Amino acid sequence: MAEHESFVHVVPFGVLVRVWAALMVLTVITVAATWVDLGSFNLFLALAIATFKASLVVLYFMHMRYDHPFNAIVFIGSLLFVMLFVVLALLDTQAYQPELIPGYAPGMGK
Amino acid sequence: MHAAHSSEAHLAHHFPGVKAQFEAGKLGMWIFLATEILLFGGLFCAYAVYRANHPEIFIYAHRYLDNLLGGINTAVLIFSSFTMALAVRAAQLGRQKALQRLLSATIACGFVFLGIKYVEYEHKWKEGLLWGKRFKPVHEEKAAPREVPPPKALTWVNPEERSTLAPPADPPAGLAVRPAEAHGEHIVPQNVQLFFSVYFVMTGLHGIHVVAGMIVLSWILLRARLGEFSAAYFTPVDLAGLYWHLVDLIWIYLFPLLYLIH
Repeated sequence: MAEHESFVHVVPFGVLVRVWAALMVLTVITVAATWVDLGSFNLFLALAIATFKASLVVLYFMHMRYDHPFNAIVFIGSLLFVMLFVVLALLDTQAYQPELIPGYAPGMGK
Repeated sequence: MHAAHSSEAHLAHHFPGVKAQFEAGKLGMWIFLATEILLFGGLFCAYAVYRANHPEIFIYAHRYLDNLLGGINTAVLIFSSFTMALAVRAAQLGRQKALQRLLSATIACGFVFLGIKYVEYEHKWKEGLLWGKRFKPVHEEKAAPREVPPPKALTWVNPEERSTLAPPADPPAGLAVRPAEAHGEHIVPQNVQLFFSVYFVMTGLHGIHVVAGMIVLSWILLRARLGEFSAAYFTPVDLAGLYWHLVDLIWIYLFPLLYLIH
């Protein structure tokens, strides 16, 4: 048994229960946060809570905290590319969309 | 003894040891999950561009989604992730009965999730709240271009303060207050179907992933019943669990982005 004990990490039961409880509490907070009007900060807050929840799932349910760090590089790398994709697409649409069809994109501040 | 034997039995000849095989399997799964994230990334990008250009559509249309059902589904998926993490733990500890029960619970949560999703989809189908050209709302003419009635003369003057002066001329058309814009909430934006296109593609692709996860977990459950897994060999349970958690992960973002728009 000692042979695989060396590389297999069993997450303690208590940790899993606490992560689950934290995820449920954060879900309630996400819903409750929409009852308060914070302007554009609402979206930021919702995404921040979602990211925190996702981090809990990845670190403990998906064992990333105890895993080989290269797996984390693969995972975070894919997230960075998604962010790059979204940010560049947003910059592009912000630059051109209001001029393509006047009045078509009221969300863009031009 | 038995554990050591079964761990060697699953070792492919091209791996130097059990640890290398386990790590390689995990890395392969993470690379697959990375491609899944990139797949959904395209949809999140479409969502971001549409929402940046047309926030009014998202603010208007998200009210047609049921926050309660979406919230329950979030709780169901998080609970299923929890049972899945416990199933991996049971497999690591060689607890066969617990492993089978926890895998069954996870699959059952998948059925509950899909059932609630069916209720939501059916409601939207009946209301005609569908994607693109299929968008034909039953109860209100939401997609119709808004009609602007001609400005009324002087109805906005307080009747208590009657004046003997002649009413001023109508303002030029460009300055007229349009009734629809005067009360912000009643504006029905155009192209509401954009929101439902995004909604159905994102939740639909996610739903397909839930079904795929349930099929994979059923296969793992079958293998667990055949006694294939032990404390020395549980890699398939672990990898199927990673996939299931990713499905949960994506829903964690879909729920606030689609249901909880403020």
